[in-house]
Order: sequence, then C-alpha cells, then structure tokens
Amino acid sequence: MTPATPPAPPAGYLDAATAEPLHPAARAVLAAAYEQGWADPGRRYASGRRARALLDGAREQVAAVLGCRSDGVAFLPSGSVALHAAVRGVLAVPRAQPRLVASAVEHSAVLHAAAEAEARGLAVARVPVDAGGRIHLAAWGEAVGGGAGLACLQSANHEVGTRQPLGGAYAACREAGVPLLVDAAQTLGREPVPDCWDLLAASAHKWGGPSGVGILAVRPGLRCDPILPPDGREAGRWPGAVALPAILAAATALEAAAREAAVESPRLRALTDRIRAAFAAVPDAVVLGDGEDRLPHIAAASLLYADGESLVDALDREGFAVSSGSSCSSDLLQPSHVLVAMGVLTHGNLRVSLPRGVADGDVERFCAVLPGVVAAARAGLGADGL
Amino acid sequence: MSAREPMPTADGAEPPALVVDARGQRCPLPVIELARRIGEIPLGAVIAVLADDPAAALDIPAWCRLRGQASLGAWDTPDGPRHLVRRVS
Repeated sequence: MTPATPPAPPAGYLDAATAEPLHPAARAVLAAAYEQGWADPGRRYASGRRARALLDGAREQVAAVLGCRSDGVAFLPSGSVALHAAVRGVLAVPRAQPRLVASAVEHSAVLHAAAEAEARGLAVARVPVDAGGRIHLAAWGEAVGGGAGLACLQSANHEVGTRQPLGGAYAACREAGVPLLVDAAQTLGREPVPDCWDLLAASAHKWGGPSGVGILAVRPGLRCDPILPPDGREAGRWPGAVALPAILAAATALEAAAREAAVESPRLRALTDRIRAAFAAVPDAVVLGDGEDRLPHIAAASLLYADGESLVDALDREGFAVSSGSSCSSDLLQPSHVLVAMGVLTHGNLRVSLPRGVADGDVERFCAVLPGVVAAARAGLGADGL
Repeated sequence: MSAREPMPTADGAEPPALVVDARGQRCPLPVIELARRIGEIPLGAVIAVLADDPAAALDIPAWCRLRGQASLGAWDTPDGPRHLVRRVS
C-alpha cells in the first residue's frame, strides 16, 4: 500500500512547477524497467512482446487518470513536443481554418508555435487576461466565434497558479466548432483535469515522472496530422523508438500522484495560503494570481524595489530553490510574458511552487527568512526607506 | 482588460518639470530613481523618465498604482522610451 503522503523531496526545493523531483514510485519502476523494458515494443519475439505489454499498460494507466480511451494517448519526448505536435498537427489538416486562438499567458512552447504559425501566414488571436491572469471569457468567446483551426488554453497558469475557466472556454469552442487543446501540465496529477478538451498535452517531469516524456491525448475522431514522417509508432504522432523505461516510470508516478492528490493537494493549498500571507506581510508586495480559484502548489508575488535575480540568489544561499519571472533573471532580459499580459509589477518577482511531500518546516522557514531577504535586496539597491 | 493606463495621444503637450535619465539601467533601478526624485517636483507637475529597460513599461505604471501617482504613458523618442508621471500625492 502506497502511503497517502509521499516522502519528503530534497529540503528547500520549492520549484516544482519547473520540475517535480522524481516520485519514489517512479524511481522503483525505473530500475526494474531498464531490466525488463529495453526491447523494441514493435518486435514479435518474447522480449519485444513483453515491452509492448508494458507500453500498453502505461498507456492505460495514463488514460485512466485522464478518463479517456487509451488508444488516443501518445507518448512524445517532452511536453513542449506534445504541444507542437498538437498545434501543427491540427492546423496541418487540409481545409483547417488558417487561424489560431490562444490565451496570452500560455506556456512559451504554445507562443513559439503560434509565432511560427504566424510566420507561415496564419492569423493568430491572443486572448487577453485580467490582472489575476485569467482569460476574459467574453474575449475568448469572441475570438473562437470568429472561427479557428484550433484554440489553445492552459488548465491553469504556470507562473501564478490561476485556474482558467475551462468549462466556459470549451463550451464556446463547441459552439463555434473549434477544437480545443488544453495544456494540462500544471494540473495533471494534482487535481482532476475537467473533461473539457479535444486534445490534451502534459509533461511527466511536472508530475514526478522522469524528464523526456510528454503525453498527447486526442479525442477519437479528431484529426491531428503527423508533423514528422510517421513510422507507425505512437499513432503516427512521433517517429522513433519510445523511451520505454522513462514512460513506465512516468505512468507509475502519475497514478501515484493522482491517488495521493486527494490528501496532498489540500495540504499544499494550506501551505501556499501561508506563503501568500507571508508575501502580503512584506511591505510593498504585490501578491499575484487568484487567491481562491488557483492551483494548490503555486504562490507568486512581485516585490517593489527588489530585483528578482538577487532574491533568487539570496534564497539559494538560504537553501531554497525558487524561480523568478523578472527580466533580470531571464536569458533574454525580458520580463515574463505572463506578468506583462497581467499588467502587473514585473521586477522583484518570485514564484514558489511546492513539490509533493514538502515538509511543513521548509515552508515555515521560507516564510521566516523572506522578510530579511527582501529587506537586504532593497538595501543593496539603496532603496530601503523609499 | 489589464490594469494598464490608457495611452495618451500626444507626448510633450506639457513640458516635464524634471527629466530623469535611467537609460542603460536594468529593473528595478529606473523605478527606484523615479521614487527618489519625484519629491523634487511640485504637486501637479510631470516627471519624465528615460528608460530603455523593457520592464519599465510595466513597472512604472505599477509603481504609480502602488504609490497613488498618475502614469501618463510612454512614448518612443529619439532618446529612447520616455515615461511620463504626474505627481498627484
């Protein structure tokens, strides 16, 4: 029997929205999978058949969590590849309307796919969000109502945790006859994903599986063409041998995470409430995202007169791993497109995202060091007392 | 819509009382410079901040909301982006 609460991840690691540490159940399977799942599932001999059975079992595990048919689930090399395969694949269908609708706060892979579609001459409608990061449903309805080959919406935002109104967005898509791709990367394994999608993409290393595994689920009957010449594997969505050991570990991790979520997500939710309160107690802090309708594990804020890079480095010296959407901490020196779309303060940005099993004491210690870290960062810029 | 202020239609209708040059400074330094200097102008006057950091376009209006000042918007000029703020408190 797996315990309801997973064992603690590495102390101080608070960046689960970037990568969740490997789930212990996945670690156990991974070792065994390299022993038993090395053969090509496409071969007829005994070891190949065994590999095929293991792969089919993993597909069924994932489908069971999603509540969909297993033959609609394909394994791809990453969540980003899954998003690209969905966007290009659906837009490549002959007579697909040459127009793409996406929220302004999607994962960068969707934005890159949209930019590429635009460069190929397709129209792209980017739906704005409110200051909490949630799409305006009226604007969404208007955008899909104009017709589109595909609409893309995340289940919840990866930087501020705000859930998107999937039910309303999907209803608008159905009415307009536009297929909806849901990026469920932050939700899958933490909360049930509403049955409001035509295509669904996610990434195993966000739910405690190994990196190198993405999933793409497609509703029966919806056409999504291969974006690389298909070889018969993975329903033609991606050619080449699959990473079977990683897939087996990913499926086991997802099943375990989904089972544990009923107990673990409310616990994380209370801890992120605690972090949001600690942010709010810092002078001149802007706590980000919807306070209620949000993911259980993400809390974010922007802190006036502090720079994100210094905050991340100072917290690292205190033993905490967190991320920042401020321009100074990005490779391109641009503030995060999510913060820009929300129209909020972009500097001094911190995102804390809790891995399953995080110790309460880690969160308490983070909340205890936060005021001093922010004060020191402000003093370092000569901004104390402003 | 986002909470950003509407963009005025013309720049320079009213000469600023003070111009702060924060070009080449990265976030949050242009905002810190604005906060330091706005007390030097009278209530009702306008301060201009030259800032080429891309974050300034978001952070100056956000600072105005936090501090109860009025962001008048930003324009591209030959000297780079120019952000105008009216001191109202």
